[in-house]
Amino acid sequence: MDLRVQPQNYFVDEGLKNELQKQGVFTTTLEGIYNWGRQNSIWPLQFGLACCAIEMIATTMARYDLARFGAEVFRPSPRQADLMIVAGTVTKKMAPQVVRLYNQMAEPKYVIAMGACAISGGPFKQGYNVLKGIDRYIPVDVHIPGCPPRPEALIHAFMTLQQKISAQELTGVNRPRHLNAEAPSEFVVPKFGEHDLEPPSNPSVWKPAALTRA
Amino acid sequence: METLEQIKSRLTHALPGARMEIIPNDSPSGQLSLLVDGAHAVAVAKFLRGDLELRLDYCSNATGIDWPEAVIKTKIKKKVVVDGAEKEVEEILETLRSGCLEVVYHLYSMTKKHGPVILRLRTENRTDKTQLPSLTPVWRSCEFQEREIFDLYGIGFAGHPDLRRILMWYGFKDFPMRKDYVAPDDFEYEPTPHDEVLEKTRQHSAREVKL
Repeated sequence: MDLRVQPQNYFVDEGLKNELQKQGVFTTTLEGIYNWGRQNSIWPLQFGLACCAIEMIATTMARYDLARFGAEVFRPSPRQADLMIVAGTVTKKMAPQVVRLYNQMAEPKYVIAMGACAISGGPFKQGYNVLKGIDRYIPVDVHIPGCPPRPEALIHAFMTLQQKISAQELTGVNRPRHLNAEAPSEFVVPKFGEHDLEPPSNPSVWKPAALTRA
Repeated sequence: METLEQIKSRLTHALPGARMEIIPNDSPSGQLSLLVDGAHAVAVAKFLRGDLELRLDYCSNATGIDWPEAVIKTKIKKKVVVDGAEKEVEEILETLRSGCLEVVYHLYSMTKKHGPVILRLRTENRTDKTQLPSLTPVWRSCEFQEREIFDLYGIGFAGHPDLRRILMWYGFKDFPMRKDYVAPDDFEYEPTPHDEVLEKTRQHSAREVKL
């Protein structure tokens, strides 16, 4: 029998919670406040690869104001960042550097693949030097389609990521990677081969889409 | 500006040994270009830059072309006598075109405000004799573009100050812009394949079935 307390047992009854709140007593769970703090203070890594980066920059500026979501501090160093926004075409020549930057980020870390190129290669998919999606090498949390996606789409991806963070359980089998000592934190950096990147994808992260033919 | 014929006649006068040929152009632009042999390319370039009439001091663009070996079919109308009556018969003439790699330079003059004059250089073949003289010593703006041609087509530029790959990584063996380049088979599902991609899909799925 599993002796661990199931997460739902932590929660205080909603009615009781409201009654207590009226009296000036706030109740929460450790998980709730931990995730609440994390989701409202995401520090993205400041780097862009192509035109999507322009939309990302627009998102951070006054009109769209990413600061409303607590993610205005773009860091120029992977050591200080916990969100990587892959904004633009990932060429095969650039892919090892992107993976290496991701490896150098401290856990917990998240990835948003922004735009058609970052998620699949986009209009350059058949090109000889374009990676067909960064999810071949690193785990992507949110994919945004679009060419380029509008700032609203990036904000939506941010809110999706915030929901994902707030839903993370701190214990149990579904706990996130950074709380699981056995889960990998570093991913294989591809090497430049004679004809292609080696390996062409990381099988622990990505599997080719299964084809169903009629 | 002078016509290309005039430039060519002055060039043959100034450089007696140089082999030159005007390449016709059937497209609506009708832009002619001058094919120069590799051995005299630098001398021709220096002449075009230094000539007081032309002063072609700016190379705006250098690019490469791959001409694989091909059979060229041309239709010829022939008059044949059949049973005493003259008849016009179409005949298809097949000629084998030998393959080569080509570099094209577009030259302008900043001081005279005219141009372009188009230069073409061709290698002897596509496999081992792919050396051409570099025109970077004449026009500095060719430097990166010749590196790009070297990177993507595999043309070696003799006299280039810094001939390295520029877009692909060091250690990459292929030349991706050549017609016979085969991309690595990292094909995946495409919702609406067409043309070349459809062909790729067929090859990929045939391989999959075989396995």
